Amino acid sequence: MIPASFAYARPTSVDEALQAIAAGGEDVKIMAGGQSLIPVMRLRLAAPETVVDLTRVTELRGVREDGDSLVIGAMTTHSDILRDPLIAQYGKLIAEATETVADPAVRHRGTFGGALAHADPAGDLPAVALALDAEFVIAGPGGARRSVPASAFFVDYLTTALEEGELLVEVRVPKLGEGWGVRYEKFNRVAQAWSIVAVAAAVRREGSTIAEARIGLTNMGSTPLRATATEQALVGADVSLETVTAAAAQAAEGTEPSSDLNAQADYRQHLARVLTGRAVRAAAGL
Amino acid sequence: MTLTEDPTTTADGPAKEVGNARLRKEDARLITGKTTWTDNMVLPGMLHMAFLRSPVAHATISHLDVSAAKDRPNVVAVYTGQDFKDEQGTIPCAWPVTPDMVNPGHPSIAVDTVNHVGEAVAIVVARTRTAAVDAVEAIDVDYENLPVVLDMEEAVKDGADLVHASTSSNTSYHFVFDAGEAGTGSDTDAAFRDAEVTVSRRFVQQRLIPAFMEPRSAVVGVQGDNYTLWSATQIPHILRVMGALTTGIPEHKLRVVAPDVGGGFGGKLQVCPEEILALLVARRLGKPVKWTETRSESLMTAHHGRDQIQYIDVAAKKDGTVTGLRVRLLADMGAYLRLITPGVPALGAFMFPGIYKFPAYRFECDGVFTNKVPTDAYRGAGRPEATFAIERIMDELAVELDMDPMELRRKNWISAEEFPFTTVAGLEYDSGDYEQATQAALELLGYDELRAEQKRRRESGDPVQLGIGISTFTEMCGLAPSRVLGSLSFGAGGWEQASIRMLPTGKVEVVTGSTPHGQGHETAWSQIVADELGVPFEDVEVLHGDTAISSRGLDTYGSRSLVVGGTAVVKAAEKVVAKARKIAAHLLEASEDDLEFSGGKFSVKGTPGAGLGIQEIALAIFAAHDYPEGIEPSIDAEAAFDPVNFSFPHGTHLCAMEVDTETGFVTIRKYASVDDIGTIVNPIIVEGQMHGGLAQGIAQALYEEAIYDADGNLTTGTFVDYLLPSAADLPTFHTGNTVHAATSNPLGAKGVGEAGCIASTPAVVNAALDAVRHLGVTDIRMPLTPERVWRAIHQGGDGGDRAAEGSNAYGGARTTESGIEEAAQ
Ligand SMILES: Cc1cc2nc3c(=O)[nH]c(=O)nc-3n(C[C@H](O)[C@H](O)[C@H](O)COP(=O)(O)OP(=O)(O)OC[C@H]3O[C@@H](n4cnc5c(N)ncnc54)[C@H](O)[C@@H]3O)c2cc1C
Repeated sequence: MIPASFAYARPTSVDEALQAIAAGGEDVKIMAGGQSLIPVMRLRLAAPETVVDLTRVTELRGVREDGDSLVIGAMTTHSDILRDPLIAQYGKLIAEATETVADPAVRHRGTFGGALAHADPAGDLPAVALALDAEFVIAGPGGARRSVPASAFFVDYLTTALEEGELLVEVRVPKLGEGWGVRYEKFNRVAQAWSIVAVAAAVRREGSTIAEARIGLTNMGSTPLRATATEQALVGADVSLETVTAAAAQAAEGTEPSSDLNAQADYRQHLARVLTGRAVRAAAGL
Repeated sequence: MTLTEDPTTTADGPAKEVGNARLRKEDARLITGKTTWTDNMVLPGMLHMAFLRSPVAHATISHLDVSAAKDRPNVVAVYTGQDFKDEQGTIPCAWPVTPDMVNPGHPSIAVDTVNHVGEAVAIVVARTRTAAVDAVEAIDVDYENLPVVLDMEEAVKDGADLVHASTSSNTSYHFVFDAGEAGTGSDTDAAFRDAEVTVSRRFVQQRLIPAFMEPRSAVVGVQGDNYTLWSATQIPHILRVMGALTTGIPEHKLRVVAPDVGGGFGGKLQVCPEEILALLVARRLGKPVKWTETRSESLMTAHHGRDQIQYIDVAAKKDGTVTGLRVRLLADMGAYLRLITPGVPALGAFMFPGIYKFPAYRFECDGVFTNKVPTDAYRGAGRPEATFAIERIMDELAVELDMDPMELRRKNWISAEEFPFTTVAGLEYDSGDYEQATQAALELLGYDELRAEQKRRRESGDPVQLGIGISTFTEMCGLAPSRVLGSLSFGAGGWEQASIRMLPTGKVEVVTGSTPHGQGHETAWSQIVADELGVPFEDVEVLHGDTAISSRGLDTYGSRSLVVGGTAVVKAAEKVVAKARKIAAHLLEASEDDLEFSGGKFSVKGTPGAGLGIQEIALAIFAAHDYPEGIEPSIDAEAAFDPVNFSFPHGTHLCAMEVDTETGFVTIRKYASVDDIGTIVNPIIVEGQMHGGLAQGIAQALYEEAIYDADGNLTTGTFVDYLLPSAADLPTFHTGNTVHAATSNPLGAKGVGEAGCIASTPAVVNAALDAVRHLGVTDIRMPLTPERVWRAIHQGGDGGDRAAEGSNAYGGARTTESGIEEAAQ
């Protein structure tokens, strides 16, 4: 578990970082918190020529408001998120999911942007970002920016819309205020472990009906997924145990989960249904 | 429990140290990083070793070219099995359990064939560790695959593929203990023929990995033809003897040091191939070398534990009286026999009858070769397997007879008046009271309220069901009586050695042959010596783990340290006092018979005031200006202790378990245990050993499993997939003790290192089954993953095999090509 040797750059601004990436040779890896990258390098699954460490790029760290959106800098750590007042007010779903990530040591270094750019299907934040229809702000070589919606960002297993030479700058998510209830329902075997399956649910009630429902699924395929059928069944429905249970029964539709030592595919689909029911019930205040 | 830093002093002098809840004196150093782990050792000019390891489970090495690796920067040498085939000998197996046991030999580095994934194929020696690891990638190797043998039930069939071409079958040995033949019980076949009720089950003891925190590490220093081996080992003394015999380095030219060692759990009770190879490389090059394993290397190549298939039958009368027990085991040896590989299941043979009065008993075990890493000692070694089987089948019998499981146990267990009791397996249980421990445990758990809640949940059809599991266990520990070990063909005795050196300033050095690796020997031994010699706890230093300092010893395993090694310390202290008495008599001008020794002081009976402290005598005899004729000028002493019997801790463990029937997730609601481990020297250390043991025993029930895929790759190659619980996943432990002193040692201590691990596993599984038995579930395979529990509830069966694929976190790293490979995408 010793990484192969690599060159190392530690820029202090986004521009410098983009230059370092451009100058880094064939195989450049951006490093955020290093909590996924370093294990992969130590196991020699990755052997980059250059590592560009973003820890000193302070402009990438922090949460701000922009109208109806929260803007989360890519280098905001998991523990920053958990202490942030704006997140506490408008980003409870993100906070709930972040709280389940690993342990305090990992949350201290691991970042919001790193977790999304890594796009591990078992990671907890991609499904949340997808459920929230997050917008990913990406800087390219030379500094040009583009914005990619979550539905286009997660391309495949450990693969995102980020192109070579690009860097994730920030992520914009809608503020969830009045009327919204949320729940991140994670299923794992021990406290610090990755999700076997998890469900991110945000539900807006208008009186006794469900006005909006957003449901993201973690680890139910090679990318995070939306439980679209369940969402559609919920919108306009009465807030009741029966409607929620019936809607949740459709949560696994269209999913293609993997089979591994924690769960075979049929059991994952079963879990997705049970956990969706639980998450929506909690989010809807049932 | 109160934590006291200083012993309270009473009017009669200092309070007893034994029984005092002292904080461990070694901890301040250990937890602030002021440690000397083997990997901290740096010798001038030291080289580093890294291994190329087999990515395939069974193959001939058809091509091996190391020339490119030799050309890599900073590489000093690259060796293969061909380079060492004439001098590497075989990893010793010290426990030939039957005279005709087949041992095909265990090369430290593969020569022509590889027999498990992770077997060493080449060694790179370089000036830095990174250079060594980098150069491993430049080695060119090809394998010609042979059929892979993984499943024991297949492996023992006629015509099965063979692990070793040199053998005629995959069975290494067939070990039998028959109480009828041994004269310790009646005929088992007759018992089953006449039985009113029989229950038969097949239980699976999954493969486990000891998962000690400090990885294995070895450093070899060379001084001419003298060698010093520092190693993260539990057994420096045994390693010295075995290392000398294996490498041909004369024993007096080999010193072995176990510096600070960070856990072992039996996993470092081994003569490791890498230790032998470090010695061979250092001798070949005449240079110091170091090897420290990575975590993946450790999981893949350090020995594993358990891995048995147990077929167990119990015979009983309709009223619940048990009349016979029959056990047949398949025990997975892995590819080779290591130090006590074959002995682990055989040791369990004597514990299957547990605390019950079976009149008839027969045990048979086949040791089976497979293409996996060898198994060997793991916390409990043989006894957890036995305890699991008997405690599980007692529950099954209770169900069959429609009896309360505790009532069934009570009807059959040895009652307090019957001690000492000779069991059907021929062991003499020393002392105890199962009823008393059980009553205390029932109260600790709040048994009646939980049973009432269980009833309510069943009646209301609650998706979360509750169950209570019982384990009333005993174990044999304090490995020990040398003659008994001899009768079991074990390759060594079980005595232990201690010496006490009285320094001129009155300070005391205790040299022990018990080598700690986290247990707190320094504290416990200091407490014993403080009482025996009447010196302050702080004045005692405990030395261990270096064969140049502690030349005789048999090290730490089998819950033997306090019982055997601690007693040796008592015996040595008694000799010190006896020697000091002569000098005191001389200096006090009194008869020896008129002296009494108390609180560290000799005084003349009936003459208050006059007296001489043992620490003063130490100075007097150092000066040696005035001492009796005819004795040596020293009060130092040495003792070896060999008990005549094992000791038999026992206890009642109760687990209340919630089972979410919708997901299969199990949660321990409450855990209570009352253990009788004889006299307690230090309650904090005991509590720590219990907690750690419980964690490991519960982990076998719920979390841990080493999984190989169909090709023989270890899928659980990192801690992402080899799941260990942390404090966050375990309940509060409600623990208690009853005290019935052991009769085989003057301390009265029984040993606690393995108790929690042995007792807890069946309590947990019984609890889960108790929660869902009304739903038709009769067994669930360990570990009780949520998926298995869910399948057992909703699809029947025991939950079945898990998928062999590793989880995809970290990109699905798994142990294949040069250690690690990405999961096929
Ligand atoms: C023991 C352990 C347990 C864990 N458990 C969980 C868990 O339960 N749930 C969970 O969700 N996660 C878990 N994680 C992962 C954790 O959340 C990581 O923090 C996260 O996956 C990666 O974040 P990072 O900041 O460390 O990124 P890094 O490891 O530094 O980077 C990850 C990847 O993203 C790329 N990258 C990072 N930042 C950028 C950027 N700004 N632009 C472009 N590319 C970028 C890197 O090049 C790399 O490929 C665990 C990690 C560990 C070590």
